Amino acid sequence: MLIQRASDIASSEITPEDLYHSRREFIKTASALLGIAAAGTIAPGCTPNVGASPEPQAKKLGPYDTAEKANSFDDITHYNNYYEFGVDKSDPEKNSKKFQPKPWTVKVEGMCNKPGSYSFDDLIKGITVEDRIYRMRCVEAWSMVIPWQGVPLADVMKKLEPTSSAKYVEFKTLLDPNQYPEQRRSLFKVLDWPYFEGLRLDEATNPLALFATGLYGKPLPNQNGAPLRLITPWKYGFKGIKAIVNIRFTDKQPLNTWQQQAPNEYGFYANVNPKVDHPRWSQAQERRIGEFFKRPTLPFNGYSEQVARMYEGMDLRKNF
Amino acid sequence: MSKFSRWWIFKPVVFLACLIPIVWLLFDTFTGGLSANPLEDIRDRTGIWILRFLIITLSITPLRRIIGWSSLIRFRRMLGLFAFFYGFVHFATYVWLDQYFDFDAIFKDMFLKRPFIITGFISFVLLIPLAITSTRKWIVRLGGSRWQMLHRLIYFSTAAGVLHYYWRVKADIQRPVVYALLLTILLAFRGWHALQHRRSQSTAEVKAV
Repeated sequence: MLIQRASDIASSEITPEDLYHSRREFIKTASALLGIAAAGTIAPGCTPNVGASPEPQAKKLGPYDTAEKANSFDDITHYNNYYEFGVDKSDPEKNSKKFQPKPWTVKVEGMCNKPGSYSFDDLIKGITVEDRIYRMRCVEAWSMVIPWQGVPLADVMKKLEPTSSAKYVEFKTLLDPNQYPEQRRSLFKVLDWPYFEGLRLDEATNPLALFATGLYGKPLPNQNGAPLRLITPWKYGFKGIKAIVNIRFTDKQPLNTWQQQAPNEYGFYANVNPKVDHPRWSQAQERRIGEFFKRPTLPFNGYSEQVARMYEGMDLRKNF
Repeated sequence: MSKFSRWWIFKPVVFLACLIPIVWLLFDTFTGGLSANPLEDIRDRTGIWILRFLIITLSITPLRRIIGWSSLIRFRRMLGLFAFFYGFVHFATYVWLDQYFDFDAIFKDMFLKRPFIITGFISFVLLIPLAITSTRKWIVRLGGSRWQMLHRLIYFSTAAGVLHYYWRVKADIQRPVVYALLLTILLAFRGWHALQHRRSQSTAEVKAV
């Protein structure tokens, strides 16, 4: 296994200063464009930063952290894709209030030396929870910067001891129609439940890969995938499977939910790639939540240095 | 109160009611009531109101025939024009706010990358001649039957709009399917009615003979 140290990515490389706009500025820009002057006075109460914790940037940045300004706690917890709770971005926050992330059991199976049922605490016991400020790029061409807390997935993998024949790891979300309204639906079922995802084992042990357990220094909110959620910042957001209850090691490349749903639109790798468009929209640009103008999307979401080597020699157009 | 004056009162009421979605949207925009991605909200909310206004407009004729409330016809033009108005705002949101006049990207979107954009564009373009010829003068100029023929373009505009919506969503096809179903019912009613009409005409002819 190759562990690379990230050299700091200068923030200037990622966020041109002049492109940066906060949400308030979005409103101002939009108003100016619409010819409405003095929007600031029209909207004295806009952008309530409800529950926003102290800026994580105040702390020293870790080797994998971005220095870009993080999105607010409010944005991160009210704009979610979590279809189990509903298909609109506001549904997860509304419909996840009664979700029970405790107690939580994760079943580990397949090609490993430590299979079995693990409680949440047992699974991460002995592994230090780290702060990671990552960019997140959604396949829908929007992005955020999110200060997660979590355990390096590599450490969890090491603990579960995959055998030498294991090449891939598959994850599954909870299946519980009592807690997930969309799983109760029989007519116009959105996806085949439970949601599942997969990684190559070297991807899962890449130092960037994280099992998130917290956000902005608080326990992971239900709508963000509590209690355990995968984060692979160089891949599109849908790879970040939420509320994980199952980990399975295998030697065959697993499918994932979206690939199963629409194989021409979503692949196994789902690495952020501005050169490979989604059939229905361009991936060349993205809109950072809170900004008005779009910005160019970077290969591997700006994490080439840490991950590009894993895909050397691969045709990324075919392996999208 | 005479029947005439009562309808006169209703017209501005319906007009104001049709403005509610846009006023509501503007209110949310400037009070922070939109989501973290305000552009998406503006785009989606104006989009859904086009389809709603098109469906409401298309319901007028069947409603008149079923419940015999023929005065409903007085609102049809206004409702159709509101569909066009929301269509214009939706289109402007895409060209102006979303793409920011990047015509290269818009061209690629339309013809190369996003087939759903072209169906949306077709749906909007088809409404333009209808909006232009919505005046009494144009009805006279074109003649009633030709005018009516032209205004059947609304069927195609709505169908293109529904397809645009269906292609846009990722997996949650329920809502586009509901609109497709409503459109099918409204068109089927027209077909059925035309058939009945023709049949009754032919029996009338037989009787006359």
